[in-house]
Amino acid sequence: MTQITQQEQAIADDISQQYLTFIMASEEYGVDILSVQEIRGWEATTIIPNSPSHVKGVINLRGTIVPIIDLRQRFGIETLEYGATTVVIVVKVAIASDHKVIGIVVDAVSDVFSVNHGDVRNAPDFGDETDLGFIKGLTNTEDKMVILLDINKLLGSEILPEASQLSNLIHNIDAQQPQAVNE
Amino acid sequence: MEIDLSQFSQVFFEESLEGLASMESELLKLEVNEPDDESINTIFRAAHSIKGGSATFGFTQVADYTHLLETLLDEIRDGRRQMTTDHQDMLLLSVDLLRNMIDALMRKVDFADPLLAQLETRFTAALAQNSSESEEEQSVTESSSGESSPQNTTWIIDFQPGIDILRCGNDPSLMFNELRLLGELEVTLVDSTLPDFSDMDPEACYLNWQLALVTDKPLEQIKEVFEWVEDECTINYHQETDAPVKEQAEEAGTPANTEASPSTEVIAKPKAVTPAKTPEGGSIRVSIEKIDLLINMVGELVITQAMLGQIGQQDTIDEESLLSMKQGLEQLASHTRDLQESVMQIRMLPISFAFNRFPRLVRDIGQQLGKQVELILKGEDTELDKTVMEKIVDPMVHLVRNSLDHGLETPEVRVSKGKPEQGSITLNAFHQGGNIIIEIIDDGAGLDTQLIHKKAIDKGLVTEDEELSEDAIHQLIFKAGFSTAEAVSDLSGRGVGMDVVRRNIHELNGTIELKSTKDKGSRFTIRLPLTLAILDGQLVRVGQHTYVVPLVSIHESLQVEEQRINRISENHELVRLREEYLPVVKVFQEFGHDADFQEIRDGLVMVVDSNNEKIGLLVDELLSQQQVVIKSLEDNYSKVPGVSGATILGDGTVALIIDISGLVTLAGIANMKEHAA
Repeated sequence: MTQITQQEQAIADDISQQYLTFIMASEEYGVDILSVQEIRGWEATTIIPNSPSHVKGVINLRGTIVPIIDLRQRFGIETLEYGATTVVIVVKVAIASDHKVIGIVVDAVSDVFSVNHGDVRNAPDFGDETDLGFIKGLTNTEDKMVILLDINKLLGSEILPEASQLSNLIHNIDAQQPQAVNE
Repeated sequence: MEIDLSQFSQVFFEESLEGLASMESELLKLEVNEPDDESINTIFRAAHSIKGGSATFGFTQVADYTHLLETLLDEIRDGRRQMTTDHQDMLLLSVDLLRNMIDALMRKVDFADPLLAQLETRFTAALAQNSSESEEEQSVTESSSGESSPQNTTWIIDFQPGIDILRCGNDPSLMFNELRLLGELEVTLVDSTLPDFSDMDPEACYLNWQLALVTDKPLEQIKEVFEWVEDECTINYHQETDAPVKEQAEEAGTPANTEASPSTEVIAKPKAVTPAKTPEGGSIRVSIEKIDLLINMVGELVITQAMLGQIGQQDTIDEESLLSMKQGLEQLASHTRDLQESVMQIRMLPISFAFNRFPRLVRDIGQQLGKQVELILKGEDTELDKTVMEKIVDPMVHLVRNSLDHGLETPEVRVSKGKPEQGSITLNAFHQGGNIIIEIIDDGAGLDTQLIHKKAIDKGLVTEDEELSEDAIHQLIFKAGFSTAEAVSDLSGRGVGMDVVRRNIHELNGTIELKSTKDKGSRFTIRLPLTLAILDGQLVRVGQHTYVVPLVSIHESLQVEEQRINRISENHELVRLREEYLPVVKVFQEFGHDADFQEIRDGLVMVVDSNNEKIGLLVDELLSQQQVVIKSLEDNYSKVPGVSGATILGDGTVALIIDISGLVTLAGIANMKEHAA
């Protein structure tokens, strides 16, 4: 049922949006390209005392102090050692009426592609207890599934599920994926 | 074409407030018996331009009111009226009233204050008062000068004021006096509409007049006299010989017509050319000089850039070009520094902007308290960042108020102490290093050490057997919840204490000190950074992290021997420094870092000021001192306890600036003190 209505929506709402995708622990995630300011390599940060472990510190981005967040740690995925290939995606986030510039550490940048709104499926429902509002939905490109992230909710909200829980959820999404593709 | 005047109203507000400020300061300076012509002129000009501006923008309330001021001032200026203290009072009150009126306009709310009507009545009465005395004399001089002019015409003016004209504070006789200045005037009363005595409302105006004016002045000038009442009156002008000129206030006289004001449109033209400014966010007036300097500096920068660019284009760099590149880079560095300074200069305003309000404040409060005070202002040209200025005014007002209320004695007491009747309060500002020092000095009674000590014991701030130096007792007034006022008076006890003053100054990265001698007076010394954007910092190392500590808070740094360290509990240690015991905050511990030295005896203790108490910070090493540009952490992240901001060091890395009082809170020093006690 839900899929039919979504297809109807697709026809009615044929607007496409460009996403920048990146890879983290062999999952592919996408963020609205309009929120991406720039892509940088990893550089040493200044540690912020008593901050959560996923906050890697702050850097000087041409005179602006920008916090850097490790998305693996945020999602409770095992961390990787940073190296020359580590990528920081600097995004502009709208929080309340404010705009913040935040860098997120990911494994690698993958691609830019357009997604029609109609091709976005809701993330599976994991019950009321988990707020997955920061996942906009799922979509497929050629052979891969991409988890589209709502960057504003992801970085703006303090009420993300427990990190470990989150990694399980993402794993679950992945497990359900083949069926979804076959349809 | 319709011009939206509202875009200019911000300029009007600013100019009016400036005008009012200069009016106020001139009024306060004014010797009533021998008013200085220049002062009167300045005051008059201010009133005049506010009137003009407000009429332009359709702020009729302000315009009508300032017209009264202007009329009075004009008469004083022309020597037709003697200035009195009453006038001075009225004018000062008017400054307040107009400020409120303009404030209401800025906030787009209705203005209603009984003072307005009161003052209007006072002005009207004052204006009516002795104008008759000089009447005769004037008409003689005016008429003689009128006759000498060759192009005299006789204007017949039918003047039918509205029934409410007197209620609005307008007095026809004043207008007639003004007309008399233009030429020879003959006034004929038309009393045909006068009702029976029993039906008469004493506040209403039933009279009409026919005026015959022989003048060489144009009709416009005659009409100007009636400009302010045009809406409420029916006025016909015609030349005696000619057929009546169809010059009459359109459909005037009908009360329903008050909102449409043709008069405002007429005078709108000359004023509407003022430059537009953004209404929000405030604006700043910068001298052309400063702008010129900036432009020059940018020019220099461009030249240096071109020079460096040229070298950059060469494929190989020989020794010679290397040398000129070094020179270029040096130039670039110096230009950048100059540019930074000049950009800062733009925000700098002389502290007289803050000082200016004090003559009035001191005068009013002095009168209220029956104290004679002389206010001395020094160093008014000392420049200070606008944002700092805005934030320092309130604490200063509080301190001055405090000096007046608690510090200065009444004349009788002063005489009995062998001091002159008149007390003095001095505001002094000067630069010292990268700071501005503001002093508030009075020659009053000084602090009552015993009373303060007793109060502090009552409030449980100190224990009875605690031995305190006089100076230490004086510092107690900065404690929260402390007030030396015996009773809550109108002036003190507003819930704002010295602790708030101190906190506000601390928020500006400044400090406040107090020196007081009994019967000699008190001196508050406020030390502030010149700007909020730059800070003199001491770089310190904690493990592999570099932090900045505001230099202004640092007393000294030292290594402490084992025997001077007292351990109170697991995490709380005190260090004995001369006669004091200082709690020590281990920075690495509070920030969760690794450090070279975990024990106080191994590391370096930096004695810093936290809310006027000394504490020690344990760090690994002192690095350089330098000016740092303060950047916000909150813009993109959030507030971090113990950190007030960030800065960028020479190598491009970020260093965090330590917020000492925040760090103390983190460490729970308050508990520690209790332990110690």
